[in-house]
Amino acid sequence: MALLHSIGRRVGKRLVASLPALLGVVVFTFLLMRVLPGDPAAFFASGPNAGQEEIDELRRQLGLDRPIPEQLVRYLYDIATGHLGRSITTGQPVVRDLADRLPASLELSLCGLALALVLALPLGIAAALRPGSPVDHGVRFLCTLGVCVPTFVSGLLLIYAFYVVAGIAPDPTGRIDIFAAPPPDITGFLLIDFLLVGDLAGWRAAAAQLLLPAITMALFVLAPLARMTRASLMAVLGSDFIRTARSIGLASWRVVMVYALRNALLPVLTIVGIVFSTMLGANVLVEKVFSWPGIGSYALDALVASDYAPVQGFVLLIAAIFVVVNLTIDVLYGIADPRVSIE
Amino acid sequence: MNATLRHAAWVLRGNPVTTLAAAGALAMIVVALLSPWITPFDPVASNVSNALQPPSWTHWAGTDQLGRDIFSRLIAAARLDLAIAASAVGLSFAAGAVIGSFCGYRGGRLDRAVGRMVDVLMAFPLFVLAMALVAALGNRVENIIIATAIINLPFYIRFARAEVNVRRNAGWVEAARAGGDGHASIVLRFLLPNILPNMAVQISLNLGWAILNAAGLSFLGLGVQAPTPEWGIMVAEGARFISTGQWWLVTFPGLALMLAVLCFNLLGDGLRDILDPRMRT
Repeated sequence: MALLHSIGRRVGKRLVASLPALLGVVVFTFLLMRVLPGDPAAFFASGPNAGQEEIDELRRQLGLDRPIPEQLVRYLYDIATGHLGRSITTGQPVVRDLADRLPASLELSLCGLALALVLALPLGIAAALRPGSPVDHGVRFLCTLGVCVPTFVSGLLLIYAFYVVAGIAPDPTGRIDIFAAPPPDITGFLLIDFLLVGDLAGWRAAAAQLLLPAITMALFVLAPLARMTRASLMAVLGSDFIRTARSIGLASWRVVMVYALRNALLPVLTIVGIVFSTMLGANVLVEKVFSWPGIGSYALDALVASDYAPVQGFVLLIAAIFVVVNLTIDVLYGIADPRVSIE
Repeated sequence: MNATLRHAAWVLRGNPVTTLAAAGALAMIVVALLSPWITPFDPVASNVSNALQPPSWTHWAGTDQLGRDIFSRLIAAARLDLAIAASAVGLSFAAGAVIGSFCGYRGGRLDRAVGRMVDVLMAFPLFVLAMALVAALGNRVENIIIATAIINLPFYIRFARAEVNVRRNAGWVEAARAGGDGHASIVLRFLLPNILPNMAVQISLNLGWAILNAAGLSFLGLGVQAPTPEWGIMVAEGARFISTGQWWLVTFPGLALMLAVLCFNLLGDGLRDILDPRMRT
């Protein structure tokens, strides 16, 4: 109970502390989008030879004729009341567009992260147990390569290998086959929705579509995770309590898996948080390669069309996710190592 | 001087991987500098009758959809990609080192304000920030450089600040102060040169990252425009032919990117191990 209480307090403190940063992000994006050149009113006028009156009318509709500080205050008020504006390209409220597309991006990022952890933890542990061995060098080599291959190249090469040559992967466009029936929209996460309605064939098809982009993501973040696991576990394995545990004759798997690993997890958790927010940025590239209908490709389309509202909404959403991820990591910290909670 | 060279040679012999990476990076820079004179074919001359040829003895990396020699384009692109990465990293290094050093030296309110701004900038998904900057500033090469420089800036500020902070009360700084040097002179003439070796590591690691970022931006269609040979665009153009089996359009520019980043990263890792053995992982 005391543990829960102290975790709660720390999370609350962290949440309050992150508010100024969030506000900073909002103001920064706003200024970036407004002050820099590129007039959306001219862009969305009927054509290149639209009259000045039409452009002025559009500017009035968009509120662009007001002074910038006033626009900023209005924008902050809108955000506080949950209005992120309307996308000019899709004609929908930005909140709705983002809510429609967020599950696709989250499903992809979370599956990629899970896959990366499943690969990176054993690799890091194996390398830490035998530093300097061929296994260690192999893991180091794999990590070095992993950081160097850009996601868009590894994604395309995976498509070539598994779709074009081997023919075992489905057509790499979108979340489900264009001829397949989507499941009812319950959570937006296809893997969960298919399970909820008990459509196993649909679930398998969706998982097959997800596999290649998720592997691409996983390869991208494998290196920092495996490296940190190795470094942190090696530091713990050299400490006194491990020597004691070994000397009183505990089984060596127990020493490593229970005592050492739990103590080595904290730095890994920190890296997981950082890695996840990098993945949110890298999503844009992976989503483009696999025509994945997520928030990244949505923001990219809006950017190219100088459509401000979706881009601001996207960045705000990413910043909010970033805060949530950090809070989650904080909670996990307290569970993984109760000493953290005692200040 | 002779002793320095001998010492450098001794260090390089003890670190074969770093030596190899340094040689690779150097070779790439030389190729980039000489690229206008050493391409076997004209990198932008199209020859449609010769389109989409697989790799052969005449065209080592095959030809693309317009019949242009991919190997020549790779060499020509090295110049642009390395130039973008080097100018971006140079810009953010210069700005970041000066801002960070002054913050670390002065401390106090200014330091805290800049620290908070750096935190906000780093909380941003940096690649998304770069996209927004290029889109807002306009699709031009110099804007890719500015965007890449800005997303690199927080790392340099943070790094320089921390490095100067541990040295600000060192004896030799006191000595300079006692000798009558002003604050600006202490930072620029004593502290900055002192942290340079450690920052060199950061520069090498960042060059790799900058190359990846710039290529990622042009892959998305931001920045460098189509006929110009550039690794990211070459991958983007080749992507259309991957499902029909023309693998060489994507693979070779991808390989070039990978090699470039690999060399700079290994070089940075090696330099860090040599300068600070405690950081070895």
